[in-house]
Amino acid sequence: MAIAVIRVSLVAVGLVWVLAAQTVLAGDAQRYVKPGSQAAHSAACVEETNFMRRNHMELIKHQRDSTVHHGIRSTKHSLAGCVNCHVSVSPEGQALAINGRDQFCGACHAFSAVDVNCFGCHANVPRGGLLSPAALAAHGDATAGARPSPGQFMSDTPGPATGRAGGQ
Amino acid sequence: MKHQEAPLDPSLGSPPDPTLNAGPDQSRRAFLGIAAGATAAVVAPAFVLQAQAVGNPRAERVSDAHRWGLLVDTNRCVDGCRACVDACDQENGLDLQRKQPDQSEAEWDTQKAVWLRKVKLQDNLTGRVSNLPMMCQHCEHPPCVDVCPTGASFKRADGIVMVDRHTCIGCRYCMMACPYKARSFIHEVVEDQLTRVPRGKGCVESCNLCVSRRDQGLDSTACADACTALGHRAILFGDLKDPASAISQALRTMPSRQIREDLDLNTGVRYAGV
Repeated sequence: MAIAVIRVSLVAVGLVWVLAAQTVLAGDAQRYVKPGSQAAHSAACVEETNFMRRNHMELIKHQRDSTVHHGIRSTKHSLAGCVNCHVSVSPEGQALAINGRDQFCGACHAFSAVDVNCFGCHANVPRGGLLSPAALAAHGDATAGARPSPGQFMSDTPGPATGRAGGQ
Repeated sequence: MKHQEAPLDPSLGSPPDPTLNAGPDQSRRAFLGIAAGATAAVVAPAFVLQAQAVGNPRAERVSDAHRWGLLVDTNRCVDGCRACVDACDQENGLDLQRKQPDQSEAEWDTQKAVWLRKVKLQDNLTGRVSNLPMMCQHCEHPPCVDVCPTGASFKRADGIVMVDRHTCIGCRYCMMACPYKARSFIHEVVEDQLTRVPRGKGCVESCNLCVSRRDQGLDSTACADACTALGHRAILFGDLKDPASAISQALRTMPSRQIREDLDLNTGVRYAGV
């Protein structure tokens, strides 16, 4: 009888420990979303959180092919979107590299010992915008009719410069 | 829009102002009016910025209904002008490249990535000099795609020849195959890429006709815009398959050539005046 009581109490203690460990792990996972990032203010990621934890790499990999080969840029599974939303900012206002060991991507990948190769090529902070300032300026001009019409193009009349510098 | 609805919560409304003769409903209305105005003032610029920043991202696959190309009038290309080169560098983050400390200037000149370069041609018989910008010619039958062992070098449906850096192994076979010396190899780790132009060590890259602008619905390239802004108007970007486009009309009316037309590559970049 005494053995049975000890056995049951051991199981109970074990269960309590398992519960505690899970709570701590869940707390850790919570902290991977950095306070101050846009994501910290969002109720959910682009998909359900647990789904994202297991499958984000599949979504990104699928997206990369449709973007590079088919030019599709409108979907919500873009890496630029991940970085934009999850990047945290230093007290000095500098965006912190998202693959840093204490940052959103870096912390989890360090914990799970999986190399993250995305940022060999991709920007690890939002940098430069989806369109360049020049593109935005020119786009504004385009609506005002600054783009040369076929008649204007390559004709000598309208332009301030007259083509080649060296005389012929 | 939770924060817009928040003022409607009665608990957040201001208490009736005793100095007003009007009833509590009036003061609450005034408060709601001010709150709505303030919210709109805060939220509206954000929406404008959003609309500006994102453009019109493509939702459907690119199709072969378009074929993008450039027409360069070398008669209007000014000797010594680098506006297109600088614009290309800024658009694609190439101006962020830095020489390695242990590198000589000569080595750096041969190793840095260049998507667009100015070329000066001289006819040895007549002495006539022509200037032209040289970049990926976006061939219909690109030799770089033929030789790529991994399929990383590919032609998009709309005629843009690109490198899929996810599959590029950096063998540089395409650089050997390209008759236009249009491709560059990234030799060193890159840490300050732009979001719109991912680029990194070990991959080959070249002009992609400002593909992010294409996919955001803009109608020109950085080089063409820069040339137009200076008034030179030597570079025209457009759809070669649209008979009404400016580039098609210009091609129809003025003599133009492909560089190395003997190779029968049907380039998307055409030159006039050479």
